[in-house]
Amino acid sequence: MIESYLLHIGILIAIYIILGVSLNLALGFTGLLNLGHVAFFGIGAYTSALLLKAGVSFIMAFFISGLIAAIFGFLLVLATRKLKGDYLALATLGFSFVIYSLMLNLTELTRGPLGIPGIPKPVIFGFKISGLLPYFIFVTILAVITVFLIYKIVKSPFGRLLQGVRDDEIGLKVLGKDTFKLKAKSMMLSAFFAGIAGSLFASYITYIDPSSFSLAEIILIFTIVIVGGIASIKGTIVATFIIILIPEALRFLYLPSTVLGPLRQIFYALILLGILLYRPKGLFGRIDLE
Amino acid sequence: MILEAHEITKNFGGVRALNKCSLGIKKNKITALIGPNGSGKTTLFDVISRLIKPNSGFIKFKQERIDKFRPNKVAKMGISRTFQDPRLFKNLTIKDHFMMALSTNDESMFAKEKDVEWKIKEIMNLIGLTKPLHTLGSDLSYGQRKLLDLGVALAKPHDLLMLDEPVAGVNPKLRKQIKKIIQNLNKKGETVFLIEHDMNFVMDLVDHIFVLDAGEVIASGKPKQIQNNKKVLDAYLGE
Repeated sequence: MIESYLLHIGILIAIYIILGVSLNLALGFTGLLNLGHVAFFGIGAYTSALLLKAGVSFIMAFFISGLIAAIFGFLLVLATRKLKGDYLALATLGFSFVIYSLMLNLTELTRGPLGIPGIPKPVIFGFKISGLLPYFIFVTILAVITVFLIYKIVKSPFGRLLQGVRDDEIGLKVLGKDTFKLKAKSMMLSAFFAGIAGSLFASYITYIDPSSFSLAEIILIFTIVIVGGIASIKGTIVATFIIILIPEALRFLYLPSTVLGPLRQIFYALILLGILLYRPKGLFGRIDLE
Repeated sequence: MILEAHEITKNFGGVRALNKCSLGIKKNKITALIGPNGSGKTTLFDVISRLIKPNSGFIKFKQERIDKFRPNKVAKMGISRTFQDPRLFKNLTIKDHFMMALSTNDESMFAKEKDVEWKIKEIMNLIGLTKPLHTLGSDLSYGQRKLLDLGVALAKPHDLLMLDEPVAGVNPKLRKQIKKIIQNLNKKGETVFLIEHDMNFVMDLVDHIFVLDAGEVIASGKPKQIQNNKKVLDAYLGE
């Protein structure tokens, strides 16, 4: 029983590490104040769920969910190319709400608030990943690959340019760099990884509905990145453990679920406030979120 | 002429920052753009580097019109520039700054880089910047930031170097140093177009001067001609 519970938490941590480091690529390393990350997560989850239900193989559904999320990432950058800072944050938040509304109202496709049940578990090369332990190993491997790839990206010459976009976009333009393309690539990569996290989430839970991709999720992912530190991959990983594990302790207070849910949200808000007030660079960050 | 501006007009709301401003920059010469505060000097630099779009007029660089290009394309064509307040990347190191300026293929995710540390050291020697390569942009003093901004502009492949008030706010020693750097660059064949407030600084440095007042070129010529031009004395020196 405890083992199952720990594996469940481990799977969630691995999925949120993918979400967190991919958000940090756009937010921390490129300076795109993106509050639309949860929408990419949702797009990936729904794409994967619909494809798997239609009989498409998991590997195909997994990659297509990432690609569809990346396409939406490009469209978001295209639509917001003249916006920065707070304005970009508001526009991307609006994007999240638009996607949330579509999940809720495109009932013929998404079944609206009823959600999509019975999402098949992944089958890879004939091997069905259905138990908790195999799924935990599977998502952990994917989380490690994601962290490794994003680490390689940010340490590459291309990653240095992304940080240049964050620090001074005009300064980079006069060096001859196409900052729109750089932002688009960063957002697409970030969205791709959020999309595959969505695919993993859908296959794990086997049921998705719009409530999994709401404002509360945006706050959760954002809290992970801010607490860990802007532009710190190590920080995001550590913060994912903290943010996922500590609220789990609240379960053992044996409070009614009507109290427990809001209590978790209060907990996230308090952590976020505390970090922004007393440690604005986060646990391991070296960059202020301006 | 390496650069030509033809009747550039730029309005900001009801304010006309540039009014049919025309000038030409000769290759391998040092040309200065001077004028009182608010005369439109930096606006003209921004129009040339396409950071802002003119309302009318056009710019030619190496005989090609560049006023429809995006800023990165203008920069890639060979215009390097600095800013009055240096635009550095505060969380990146000195080496990062130079690598970004020197690399031409780093926009690709799979780009590999050559070791160009020798080239960076050469430029740092030229500009007299002695800080370690791992120093962050945010850890530099104002004077060091001015030097790094100049070094980065030099490192980027270019045919024209545009310097926006290269000695504004720096101490007299550094001022002399920067002047010497510009003279040495010109000896090596660089074409330099600079904005400067201080007439004395440009008089024995540049080959040609354009004087801007209220967005219009009111005089142009050799430093000695400008020094005695009544219009310039009235508008610029307030005499």
